[in-house]
Amino acid sequence: MSPSASVAAVPPGTFDESQRTAPHVTIRGLSKRFTDATIYDKFDFDIPRGKLISVFGPNGCGKSTLINMIAGLVPPDTGEVLFDGRPLSEVKFGYVFQNYREALFPWLSAFDNIAYPLKLMGVAKAERDRSVERLIARLGVKIDLALYPYHLSGGQQQLVSIMRALIVEPEILFLDEPFSALDYEMTLFMREQLQRVFMETATTTVLVSHDLEEAVYLSDYVLLLSRHPARVVEFVPYDAPRPRTDRTMTESTFITTKAHCLYLFQQEVRRG
Amino acid sequence: MKQSKALLPLIGVIILLAVWTLVTTLRLVDPVLLPSPVATFRTLWAGMAGGKLGADFIKTVMRTITSTAIAAVIAIPLGILLGSSEKVYRSVEFLIDFFRSTPASAMFPLFLVLFGVGDRTKIAVAAFGAALVILFNVAYGVMNARKTRLLAAKVMGASRTRVLFDVMLRESLPQTFVGLRNGVSLALVIIVVAEMFIGSTDGLGQRVFEAQQLFDMPAMYAAIFAAGALGYTLNLLFLLIERRFVHWAGR
Repeated sequence: MSPSASVAAVPPGTFDESQRTAPHVTIRGLSKRFTDATIYDKFDFDIPRGKLISVFGPNGCGKSTLINMIAGLVPPDTGEVLFDGRPLSEVKFGYVFQNYREALFPWLSAFDNIAYPLKLMGVAKAERDRSVERLIARLGVKIDLALYPYHLSGGQQQLVSIMRALIVEPEILFLDEPFSALDYEMTLFMREQLQRVFMETATTTVLVSHDLEEAVYLSDYVLLLSRHPARVVEFVPYDAPRPRTDRTMTESTFITTKAHCLYLFQQEVRRG
Repeated sequence: MKQSKALLPLIGVIILLAVWTLVTTLRLVDPVLLPSPVATFRTLWAGMAGGKLGADFIKTVMRTITSTAIAAVIAIPLGILLGSSEKVYRSVEFLIDFFRSTPASAMFPLFLVLFGVGDRTKIAVAAFGAALVILFNVAYGVMNARKTRLLAAKVMGASRTRVLFDVMLRESLPQTFVGLRNGVSLALVIIVVAEMFIGSTDGLGQRVFEAQQLFDMPAMYAAIFAAGALGYTLNLLFLLIERRFVHWAGR
């Protein structure tokens, strides 16, 4: 069926994972109708391995629906999504919601929130604690995680959400407009946190964003979608070296990439 | 500043006592109908400290707690069951709302036939009333669990059972406590009424009724205050338990 289906038969660790060049996620013939509109009609796309891609497009074009279908939150009408030839049920993934306030469990401390996915996997308490401590050290997080989520700031809560998604060492990380409920100062801080996470883990990351500056700044590719039914308008590469800083945003490659995306975006908006 | 704020609730109490004292000293109301605060609280103190009122107080507490406990044991699991499927709840919603709206006092004759004259009838009617209030709140608490939170658990790979126990149950706790507080208040009302009229020889309701029959007004007011204090304390108790176990409520 899928050319990469044979890959799943090879036990992990027998070859260098980083040498693989095949796409990580293959999306084939994805269709989704809501009562009033066809959002996706036979949508095909390949998500590259170990890259951070941003999904950007006009309002209501189905940016979030796309990652929700890939992550299994919304069932597609037809079509198939495979991760190295395997279905979602065999894949460890992380998902970060826009609404961190409702996504975290307020009855658990921030630490226990982060450890919860491991608990679901049946990992013993001592091992869970060690894993969380390792993740804290690796990401250099300086939050008092003994606190309950409602005692943390919005940005801190979202960072806890991201850590909860990362604790299982996912193959792929989905973020649905993770910073849009934060104020600007916190958004800037969280961009740096996410970049650090990505540089540390090199996890394939799909970020839905409604902020073009953020989309370009953070990603290796910007996936520009059309109005519904969504097509790929362009898969825009941006390969500025990391860590990117405020200086990056003043460089000509950043400015031209962003201008190019904006041009395509506005063309799409006018079509509607 | 902070201290003075904490003292604010006392102002109303002081005003009430002042007006009451004034009215009785100036004899604006027949002293037979309204005894002085001093006489009332002296009777209250004597009655509660080893007198008959204390024994009746304990009786009413036991009946109220028993009926609320029975109601909770039945209604909480049932509420979770009904609430975990919106379809199931909708199919019995009318019944719950109907019996929740039926005055529990209208059920006394029926329960008298079923359980005879005695504690069992009082406790059964109170438990019936409280159970419906608790059931309704628990079911709504479970149904109104935040969708994002359920989705978050699902996306992390939680099974249906794990979602129920790890998320839905916790999510329903604040509303469950609302139900318990309302339930215990309703149980107390029903118990006191039952003690007055359903062949009772003890309890606060009986004490109020008997004092009125004997025209012993200080004893009547004392019993009313005792009932009031009981209702207030029960509510406060549940609030304290709630704050301890549902620290995230309203945050």
